[in-house]
Amino acid sequence: MKALLEVAGLRAGYDDTEIVHGADLAVEAGEIVTIIGPNGSGKSTLMKALVGIVPATAGSIRFAGRRIDDLRPDLRIPLGICYVPQTDNVFPHLTVLENLEMGGYLRRDGTGERIAEMFDLFPDLAERRAVPAGSLSGGQRQMMAVARALMLEPRLLLLDEPSAGLSPRLAQTVFDTVAKINSAGVAILMIEHRTRQALAISHRGYVLAMGRVRMQAPGPQLADDEQVGLLYLGRA
Amino acid sequence: MPAAILRVLASPAARRVGRAAQLVMAVAFGAAAASQVELAVNGVFLGSILALGAIGITLIYGVLRFANIAQGDMMTFGAYLAFFLLVSVLPEQAGLGPFTFGFPLLVAIPISMAGVAALAVGMEILVFRRLRLRRANLVTIEIASLGLAIAVRGVVQMIWDTPVRYYPHEGREHISLPAGVSVAPNHLFVAGAALLLAIGLHLLLTRTKPGKAMRATSDNPDLARASGIDTDRVLLWTWAIGGLLAGAAGVLLVIFNATSQLKPTIGFQLLVPLFAAVIVGGIGNPYGAFLGAMLIGVSMEVSTAWALPTYKPAIAFLVMVLVLLFRPSGLLGARD
Repeated sequence: MKALLEVAGLRAGYDDTEIVHGADLAVEAGEIVTIIGPNGSGKSTLMKALVGIVPATAGSIRFAGRRIDDLRPDLRIPLGICYVPQTDNVFPHLTVLENLEMGGYLRRDGTGERIAEMFDLFPDLAERRAVPAGSLSGGQRQMMAVARALMLEPRLLLLDEPSAGLSPRLAQTVFDTVAKINSAGVAILMIEHRTRQALAISHRGYVLAMGRVRMQAPGPQLADDEQVGLLYLGRA
Repeated sequence: MPAAILRVLASPAARRVGRAAQLVMAVAFGAAAASQVELAVNGVFLGSILALGAIGITLIYGVLRFANIAQGDMMTFGAYLAFFLLVSVLPEQAGLGPFTFGFPLLVAIPISMAGVAALAVGMEILVFRRLRLRRANLVTIEIASLGLAIAVRGVVQMIWDTPVRYYPHEGREHISLPAGVSVAPNHLFVAGAALLLAIGLHLLLTRTKPGKAMRATSDNPDLARASGIDTDRVLLWTWAIGGLLAGAAGVLLVIFNATSQLKPTIGFQLLVPLFAAVIVGGIGNPYGAFLGAMLIGVSMEVSTAWALPTYKPAIAFLVMVLVLLFRPSGLLGARD
């Protein structure tokens, strides 16, 4: 069976500095896959290379069987890959409503219906639709960012540390939301530092270290793996 | 030691002194303006022209993060395009109603605007886009913009020569307004046209998809790209709008003058007040640029009650420095 996303031997980085040194990974349709790993292991760069913000210098990225590594970001997104960066993931001076409109920029059939669906999924945002996104609270802002990325009804959602900077309780809300989005059929690839909580909802997990995939295992199993904790996450 | 100084400056007492100083300045400004109502009104008219140029600069800064020095000479180019149309293409006619100009000017304005927009888009495609692709640094881009300013002025001088030119015009009486203020009818036209353009731009930025995409790109270019917005096309729209506004400002600048005089330096001479307006308002914010332009325009005109008119650009700079002392990111700039 062909995976939705297949990455083989991917190398990527900035100018002269290669950060990802040949990563292999796959995401099946409908899966939640989490990438864990120490700081500086190349997780964010890998994700940016998947959307095309950072150029891939070698290897291949296939989405639904099609090679996409040479496509511009605005041509990859319509295929069904949407991305939520870790920081700066909203348009701060645009209202919540306008942020959603921009998320649905490529929709040809108008954004009204999808925005209504997003407001159903995130009632907090509905209340604050006329407020600039920059003045939302941390948790709301993260929901805003996810809602923006969902506007195009992606088949694969890329989340770079969706729980960063949130309280443990809000983080759990984010993971619950991620599971809910996934149950609607959206495959999810996320990077997380809260490994235990993230892996608990994940079908599979990868450990990335020094720009290479070191290990992969079913989510809960990876979370309990003492070796992983000891070697890659600095957990005693 | 610097830490101690910063602590003193950030103390509540210092903040109170700062707020009091702002209040004193605002009151002084208001009193000066009130004592010279006619000059203040003229300042609003001048401010409305400055606003068109300043909004263009601030919009381009918003998406490209560089200050376009060629904006003044783009205005000049627009003024001369209209001159060409008025004397060589359109029927020569002046004195439409209370105004010194005739209806051909109403035709010339949109054509000049389109012409300057084309020039601006050409500059982006032929110069600025190429520089960005080569990862030119900010200084290179600024100098390129200065070079284009000089080149545009050079072309204007080559085609139309350096002596002073005039739009076809007829003498007109001033109109008396309440409070003993008399204004030139042309000035009312200038302010009306500028206001109309500003409102049009506001609607474009807040009600249309391309306008929102421009604001989104200015807010967060990476996320705009990640949302599928073609940011290269947004840049072209932004240059086109900056050009449209500069074209209108150039023509309005000529008819602002009672004798409809134009020289190849009219736009370049406005650069200092234009940049003062942009910075006072908070660079990148079009509403700030409008407000800043009004403040600078009124300050420049009212100052002529006490200072020689040749000091006007210096007054613009002085106002800018005073505002920045207390609001380092401008009146409506993001505070961070």
